[in-house]
Amino acid sequence: MSALPSPAATGEQITVGVLALQGDFEAHRAVLEGLGAAVREVRVPADLDSLDGLVIPGGESTTMTLGVEREKLGEPLREFHRAGKPIFGTCAGLIMLDREHLGIIDIRAERNAFGRQVRSFETDVEMGLPGGPIEALFIRAPWIAEYGPSVEVLAQVDGNPVAAREGTVLVVAFHPELGDDQRVHALFLQAVRDARLAAA
Amino acid sequence: MRDEATFKVKAGLAEMLKGGVIMDVIDADQARIAEAAGACAVMALERVPSDIRRDGGVARMSDPEMIQGIQEAVTIPVMAKARIGHFAEAQVLEALEVDYIDESEVLTPADEANHIDKWGFKVPFVCGATNLGEALRRVGEGAAMIRSKGEAGTGDIVEAVRHLRTINGEIKRLSGLSESEIATAAKQHSAPLDLLREVAASGRLPVVMFCAGGIATPADASLVMQLGAEGVFVGSGIFKSGDPEARAAAIVEATTHFEVPARVLSASEGLGAAMDSIEARSLEDSELLSNRGW
Repeated sequence: MSALPSPAATGEQITVGVLALQGDFEAHRAVLEGLGAAVREVRVPADLDSLDGLVIPGGESTTMTLGVEREKLGEPLREFHRAGKPIFGTCAGLIMLDREHLGIIDIRAERNAFGRQVRSFETDVEMGLPGGPIEALFIRAPWIAEYGPSVEVLAQVDGNPVAAREGTVLVVAFHPELGDDQRVHALFLQAVRDARLAAA
Repeated sequence: MRDEATFKVKAGLAEMLKGGVIMDVIDADQARIAEAAGACAVMALERVPSDIRRDGGVARMSDPEMIQGIQEAVTIPVMAKARIGHFAEAQVLEALEVDYIDESEVLTPADEANHIDKWGFKVPFVCGATNLGEALRRVGEGAAMIRSKGEAGTGDIVEAVRHLRTINGEIKRLSGLSESEIATAAKQHSAPLDLLREVAASGRLPVVMFCAGGIATPADASLVMQLGAEGVFVGSGIFKSGDPEARAAAIVEATTHFEVPARVLSASEGLGAAMDSIEARSLEDSELLSNRGW
């Protein structure tokens, strides 16, 4: 489906980390490996060494926040971002990256914005990706309640921003890792490859 | 166009809980402690299993007011238990908008032949299982998550290990079977054939599987994670121990780092007394909760 070249096709092996304190990190791993990236699970700061990019998965943001504190991962993650390494957050990952948590993207997430689990839903989201709208799962999902001038909103549901990008940081409120559509991950891996070329 | 409460959305919440610890709580204060220790969800119930075991009598769905108090106290998902087959309790829990319903053998069964038809609910269900057939019968009825049963309220891990090894062993033995052999296996397991085919092809259950029943220490959590559980339920093990805050955080840490003995070691230090326990082998058949459900 994707018009983007796969990492394997470019002949350059990239290694992406997936924060693995809690949540659906294995689903991300499967999609990223399917797209040709090498994947390393990240639980302690040393796991970040020499990675080209990082995914913060879905899960419980409270649990992950406590895990980040316990493992003293906050400053190393911000340093990773300052070094120009792309970061991609889905659902809880979007919350983790906002102003009130890691402060890596200039947004404020509203947690459980769509309601409790009985309000969780599937819908098609237009993100402007080649191939048309993406099937998106929203599970006790947040939305973006506020965002700064350098943030580009990529998609909305009922007028609420649910996907955004600022520089090398990409966030979505839904779960592309749980579907069969790999285009959002391909978009992230393209950013990872671009950042690596820019650094070289 | 929005499709609410599809099976993908129900099973998807279980995916979000993976690698986490779901803790039994009986009031809002315990729920806050569990959340602050890193629980990925709480299970609201009236009495923890060890008290149900001690006090006897009929164990029912919790007081809705208590569940609401817990929903207001925390932002993590709130689960609650309904009796096996008691679909009216489940309807009440759905009206309360709990995030997951546990159709649980820890409560006194309401129907000795039928489980709840879970397809009719918007709220997802988790159910217990002691073997592959039981797990797939529950999934066939609409369960979006499975937990191995163990023997709740004992603090003895032996039954949890037995059930995990049984389920995973039975899954392994399906691989390499021919189509006609899979059909025979479906009869032996009393499980839906389409689900058995799916398991044979994928080598795993169609939904997330946690472990429950008897986890009392960080090393217990590490053990069951290494045996293939995707997360853990801890019932009496936390709030019946000497230092619930410390033990809760330690079990969370050991669940994340289950493959790193040095981390399970550091998590295990200075936790005080574990819960009072009962050797599961010493229980009469009539006292075993894991025998409930069919």
